[in-house]
Amino acid sequence: MAPAVQARARGERRLLTPEGVPLIFRLAPRGERAAAVLIDLVLMHLGIAALVLAFVFGLDWIGIDGVVIGLVILISFLVRSFYFIYFELRWQGQTPGKRALGIRVIDRRGGYLRPDSVFARNLLREVELFLPMTLLFLPSEGSQAWFNLLTLVWVGIFLLLPFFNRDRLRAGDIVAGTWVIAAPKAVLLDDVAAEAAAAGAVAADAEFPFTRKQLEIYGIYELQTLEEVLRQQGPQSAETRREVARRIQRKIAWAGPEPADAERFLKAFYAALRAHLEARMLFGERRENQHARKNGGKNGSKRPPDGPAKT
Amino acid sequence: MTTPLKSLEFRRERERTWRALEDLVARAEKRGLKALPAEDLLRLPTLYRATLSSLSVARAISLDQNVLGYLESLSARAYFQVYGARSSLWEGLVYFLRAGFPGAVRATAGANLLAALWMILGGAIGFLLVQANADWYYTFVGSGMAGGRTPAASTEFLRDGLYDGADTAADMLYLFATFLFSHNAGIGMLAFALGFALGVPTVLLLFYNGLTLGAFLALYGSRGLLWELVAWLSVHGTTELLAIVLCGGGGLVIAGAIVFPERETRLESLARRGRTAGTLIMGAVLMLFVAGLLEGFARQLVTDVAARYAIGGAMLAFWLTYFALAGRGAHRDDD
Repeated sequence: MAPAVQARARGERRLLTPEGVPLIFRLAPRGERAAAVLIDLVLMHLGIAALVLAFVFGLDWIGIDGVVIGLVILISFLVRSFYFIYFELRWQGQTPGKRALGIRVIDRRGGYLRPDSVFARNLLREVELFLPMTLLFLPSEGSQAWFNLLTLVWVGIFLLLPFFNRDRLRAGDIVAGTWVIAAPKAVLLDDVAAEAAAAGAVAADAEFPFTRKQLEIYGIYELQTLEEVLRQQGPQSAETRREVARRIQRKIAWAGPEPADAERFLKAFYAALRAHLEARMLFGERRENQHARKNGGKNGSKRPPDGPAKT
Repeated sequence: MTTPLKSLEFRRERERTWRALEDLVARAEKRGLKALPAEDLLRLPTLYRATLSSLSVARAISLDQNVLGYLESLSARAYFQVYGARSSLWEGLVYFLRAGFPGAVRATAGANLLAALWMILGGAIGFLLVQANADWYYTFVGSGMAGGRTPAASTEFLRDGLYDGADTAADMLYLFATFLFSHNAGIGMLAFALGFALGVPTVLLLFYNGLTLGAFLALYGSRGLLWELVAWLSVHGTTELLAIVLCGGGGLVIAGAIVFPERETRLESLARRGRTAGTLIMGAVLMLFVAGLLEGFARQLVTDVAARYAIGGAMLAFWLTYFALAGRGAHRDDD
């Protein structure tokens, strides 16, 4: 059979679900993760400030200073320690910052995201984030210069840790066995071939009879590029489609009359090509692109090592 | 040439299922799984499996990029809902108290004993050194922590320090308790997290803690107040010291996973043992909370030596039984 999963771009990870079907995830970019943490830190401190203010004004008239200060200390400690844990447990591995950027925490081995993983990965923030932050804000005297330097080194080690492994793990991820991945939402659009193959799901437009030889020129990469061209919206899309149609006609030596409607021609060609390639795929022959070796194909000898990166 | 477009047929047959799942997942993402009505909750796994099977078929037969991307994304989103953090915070907490925490303590018994040994060693050295030469006291106990309780202080002052709680205003006790808790919990978490640096800072922290303790004991011992000091300490100390030992044990577990990965890769070993250590620390933080309350309230309000011993001893007995017995036989599907 053809490989179920195409060649993967860097930063993509496969995870075998308990059902035995591998899912492909894209690791969250480091910048997005940093931005998510910043958002979370801001929200967290706003929350602490709001709670503290509420208590200070609420308890002011009682006049018990000790209680107020005690509460402030307790609240900031609890919020600081449990903000991330609370949200990651409650929102299936997301915090407000992560949700804003569309990233989330998952188990590296594909199982449940366990509460103990969430605890472990967020406890390590104490050294990765909070300790250096406290140290940085500490008043520094002249004799403390070396100490500040050490702090910088410390922050550096943990900050740069995600840059030194392929899985972009920070210390907490390593200890908890988690990944942070991007989880974008994809929208199901209409099938581009649906129009051309409207009746009976047969990919043929009587006006454009393509021969087998014409369909054997291109591969999957070209098919999917064509799909993108056909999905394009915008002022220049019509011009692009005309240009692409002209090029395809030249390449496949289109003998019929010049089609008046470039888009219709492209859709018909797309449907026919997809039907052809999918049929070949069923026979275990997956033709990645036009350069792939194939009897009768042009440029048969040239073959890129890995096929094009999946777009 | 006419070839049937199988992938289009396939999509027409299954699209209804996908849309149903998408709707369900979108609602679950917005308002949480709990907000879904029971019938939807029952449909979720079925729809998820059907879509997952669609995905694996689509990978084999379809070249429609949009459908493939959509199914990938939808399956992943449904997967997060089906296999996301399973328990709520509350359920997690109950399980954690009943079995998770004591189980983690038992599973890491070796590291905990090692951590305790380091602290005891520090205590013994601190005690002996200060006993031999009182000047060592200033090295081990910072002036902020000593609060005037130095070898230079009079025996009366030291004794008063052990019983001064009775006249403190209740609101100050509250402040004191919360301060102690967040301070100690911070140190405990640090001891764990520092395990990442191969455990050296963890061991140092434990050792230093022991030194301070030993110095205190030696100072009060030299004035014949040892018995009363231990009473004063034992109220919260039995809980607090156990918690600090557990934090140190957690740090050593992390260090051990890095240094001795056994048959796994370091990453796997860290991932597996790190979770246990994390559970350990959460428990230790809770213990420190209890210790903070005991220290802030019980110790200041109860000034009778015998009663202090009773409280401290009862807490010690409670924790040890809890660790030894709680949650035995409770099982959870852990790899």
